[in-house]
Amino acid sequence: MLDFLRQPWPWYVAGPLIGLTVPALLLIGNKALGISSSLRHVCAACVPAGIPFLTYNWRAELWNLFFVLGIAVGGFFGYQVLGHPDTIAISPETVRDLQAQMGLTDFTGLLPKELFALENLANWKGWVFLVLGGFLVGFGTRYAGGCTSGHAISGLSNLQWVSLVAVIGFFIGGLLMTWVFYPLLF
Amino acid sequence: MKNLKYLVLGVLFGLILTKSEVISWWRIQEMFRFQSFHLYGIIGSAILVGMLSLQLIKRNHVKSLNGETITLADKKYNHGTWIGGIIFGLGWALTGACPGPLFAQLGSGVASAAVLILAALAGTWTYSALREKLPH
Repeated sequence: MLDFLRQPWPWYVAGPLIGLTVPALLLIGNKALGISSSLRHVCAACVPAGIPFLTYNWRAELWNLFFVLGIAVGGFFGYQVLGHPDTIAISPETVRDLQAQMGLTDFTGLLPKELFALENLANWKGWVFLVLGGFLVGFGTRYAGGCTSGHAISGLSNLQWVSLVAVIGFFIGGLLMTWVFYPLLF
Repeated sequence: MKNLKYLVLGVLFGLILTKSEVISWWRIQEMFRFQSFHLYGIIGSAILVGMLSLQLIKRNHVKSLNGETITLADKKYNHGTWIGGIIFGLGWALTGACPGPLFAQLGSGVASAAVLILAALAGTWTYSALREKLPH
C-alpha cells in the first residue's frame, strides 16, 4: 500500500479524487471549491488600502485560507515525506521540444531550474517566469472570477456556461503562450 | 475549531495534486503541447465525478453537515470572464501552476513558489485597485 502511495498517481485515481472534493466541501460546510479567492482574502486582510473590492468581511471566508494552508501541508507530505522521482516521466516528445526550442538541459525536479532558480531574478528570465507569470495568474484569475478549481472543476461540474467561457479563455491563453510567445522569447 | 475540517480536506487535496504531478511545470507543458493525456484525463474525470456528485446532491436535496440545504451559486458572466481567462492562461503556461498547485509547490519546498505567490498577490491586488476602470 505504501509503495503504491509513493509512486506517481495515475490520472484515473487522481482525477476522480479531485472531483470528489467538490461534493466533500459542500457536504462538510456548504462551501464551493475555489482556490484563487484565497489570494483576494489575503489582500483584503493585509493591504485593503480602502479599495472597495478588498473591503469586505474576509474573516467569514477564513475556511478558504485553512483549505489553502492544508494544500501546502499536503504538498509537503506528498513530496518530501512520501518521496518523489528525481525526474518526472514526461513524454519524450515534450523533452525533445523543450531541448530544441527552449534550450533546457536539466529535467530534474518539479520545474526547470534553468527558468525558476531565484538567481534568475537578476536577468529577464526570472522576471518573465517568476514575476510576470505569477502576476498574470493573480490578475487573470480574479478578473475571470475563478481559476482551474473554481471554473474548470467546480463550475463545469455545476454545468455553468460562464465557466466554459472562462476555461476556453484559459486554454487560448495557455496555447498562445506555449506556441506563439515561447518561440519569440527563445 | 470549525475550520479544522477544511484544513484536513486541503491536506488531502494538496496530496492528490502533488502525487499526480499536476503541480509540475513539465506536466503543464506536456498538456499545452498535446503530448500527453495525463492532465486531460485528470481534469476530465474530475469534472465527470463532480458533475455526477452534484446531480445526486441536487436530486436528493441533500443537506450539509451543519444542516443547511446545499446550494451552489450560479456564476455570472461579464467580459472579464474571457479577458481575465486569457490573461490567466498566459500566466498558467509561464508558471506551469494555477493557484492550488502554487501552494502545493510551496509546501513541497520549491523556493520559486514563494516568489510566484507574492507576484500573484500583487496581481490580484492590482486587479482589485483597477477594477472600476477595466472592461467588464
